[in-house]
Amino acid sequence: MGCRIMENVIEVKKLTKYYNELAAVDHINVEVGEGEVFGFLGPNGAGKTTTVRMLTGIIKPSSGTVSIMGIDIQRDPIKAKQMMGVVPELSNAYTELSAWNNLQFMAELYGVSKIDARQRAEELLMKFDLYGRKDHKVRTFSKGMKQKLIIAMSLMNDPEILFLDEPTSGLDVQSARLIRDMVLDLHKVGKTIFLTTHYMEEANQLCSRVAIINHGKIAAIDAPEKLKRRIGGLECVEVSFDMPVDVFDLPDISGVIDIRMSGDKLRLYTSEPGRTIYQLVDYSRSNNLEIVTLNTLTPTLEDVFIKLTEEME
Amino acid sequence: MIDQLKRACAIAKKDVRIYYLKGPVIIFGVLFPVFLFLAFVIGRDLPVDFLIAGLLSMTIFFTSMSVTPVIAPTETQTRNLERLAAAPVSITTILLGDMLASVLFGIGISLVPILSGMAIGVTVKHPFILAAGIVLAAFCFSAMGLIFSSTPTSMTSTVMMISTMVKFPLVFISGIFIPVGELPSWGRALASLSPLTYITDLCRYSFQGTGYYPIGVDIGALLLFLVIFMTAAVKLHEKSLPERL
Repeated sequence: MGCRIMENVIEVKKLTKYYNELAAVDHINVEVGEGEVFGFLGPNGAGKTTTVRMLTGIIKPSSGTVSIMGIDIQRDPIKAKQMMGVVPELSNAYTELSAWNNLQFMAELYGVSKIDARQRAEELLMKFDLYGRKDHKVRTFSKGMKQKLIIAMSLMNDPEILFLDEPTSGLDVQSARLIRDMVLDLHKVGKTIFLTTHYMEEANQLCSRVAIINHGKIAAIDAPEKLKRRIGGLECVEVSFDMPVDVFDLPDISGVIDIRMSGDKLRLYTSEPGRTIYQLVDYSRSNNLEIVTLNTLTPTLEDVFIKLTEEME
Repeated sequence: MIDQLKRACAIAKKDVRIYYLKGPVIIFGVLFPVFLFLAFVIGRDLPVDFLIAGLLSMTIFFTSMSVTPVIAPTETQTRNLERLAAAPVSITTILLGDMLASVLFGIGISLVPILSGMAIGVTVKHPFILAAGIVLAAFCFSAMGLIFSSTPTSMTSTVMMISTMVKFPLVFISGIFIPVGELPSWGRALASLSPLTYITDLCRYSFQGTGYYPIGVDIGALLLFLVIFMTAAVKLHEKSLPERL
């Protein structure tokens, strides 16, 4: 059985951007394979948006190279941009135009033929549940509808690579889910997606690999599960009782390093989860408490994110 | 090249749909020259063809320069600029699109003084030269407007204030109200530095049959100003675009 060799469609080498003396992005190297959903995570001000802007040819790097499907974006920005769809973090559709006219404008900017533009606009409006509002001005749309339209606009040229910068930020649950489903659908048909997000669970669900950036430098690049394993160490036992229990009410439990409240649950970070569970059961019996839930939790992508970004502080 | 031209036309179409009826465009592009002209004309006894030529050149000047300064700050404020910058179009293409929208507005509105003049009996002695001059001047002044819009701001009022500071003195040194030939030598030297002088002179030639400069000088000067303004606008926008994102 032959092994499919995945080609890198995005190659970033020693990419750097200085604003005055400050290195907003500092010699980063990233490779994204064809058909991959690649997550780009980092705290505010870490350099995510600056990186995406350089990758999409919106701003010029101070040094380093960006290759999009083999094309150097600095040498031939028009050709490189032609292959990608972009949803910038703070972008907007033209609110004085209708949804339909926004989509047609995008088609014209990307040189899509009129027939294809009509067909594609209809398909995308249907898919994003906006067809009924296609002739309405965008200023009458809700935030979720606007964001769906902006994503539809980025798909008008049927791009090979899609850059999504915080696509679900501030959206309601349904709209965010629709956009996540859209990402998975695009992944299924082989599109490459470069996703910047603050939502760890979103990255965990969607991305085959993630990069964590902090202070302009890459802290780690790997598959989410491999990253979780990499930080290893403590496990967490999450418990809730039928009566409120304060952190200070619990007895000393061997192996437990830290206890935190999490809503109506207690999280006990421990090196010996089995022993911790026994002692929690003993505690509930001796205090006439009933255990409502009891789970062992492995490190989440959020834990990885926190640990790696804290290490760089 | 052809692809980029088509995309510039798409940008122009978008600009026409969005910006023609914006307040600053109507105020600075239509109302402003009308009131300025009325302030000058009322109570003075001047030949009608002299007045119409002056009004026409002033109209092209104000209208062609009213759309381009509005687009960039507005799109900075409304967050459309990044989307446009991510598209496969060069800055020159974006500016050319904005300029085309402004040129069409300038040409369209300039028909009003021409038709008004013809309605009261003024004849155009050189219609083809007038038409060429109007188109050329509209491009030239639109490009001049693009220079103002390179200011890295999202405030349209800031750009309009800067452009008004330049436009006003130019109106007074460009032979609209006093023919260039009647100015003192320092005034004539100053007038020669203003692109408005040459379209005013070209309009006078087209309506009255005589101008101060040879017609070739008028057209050559407008072309030269167009090249200078467009080159400067592209350089300035390339520099200011990252600051406006």
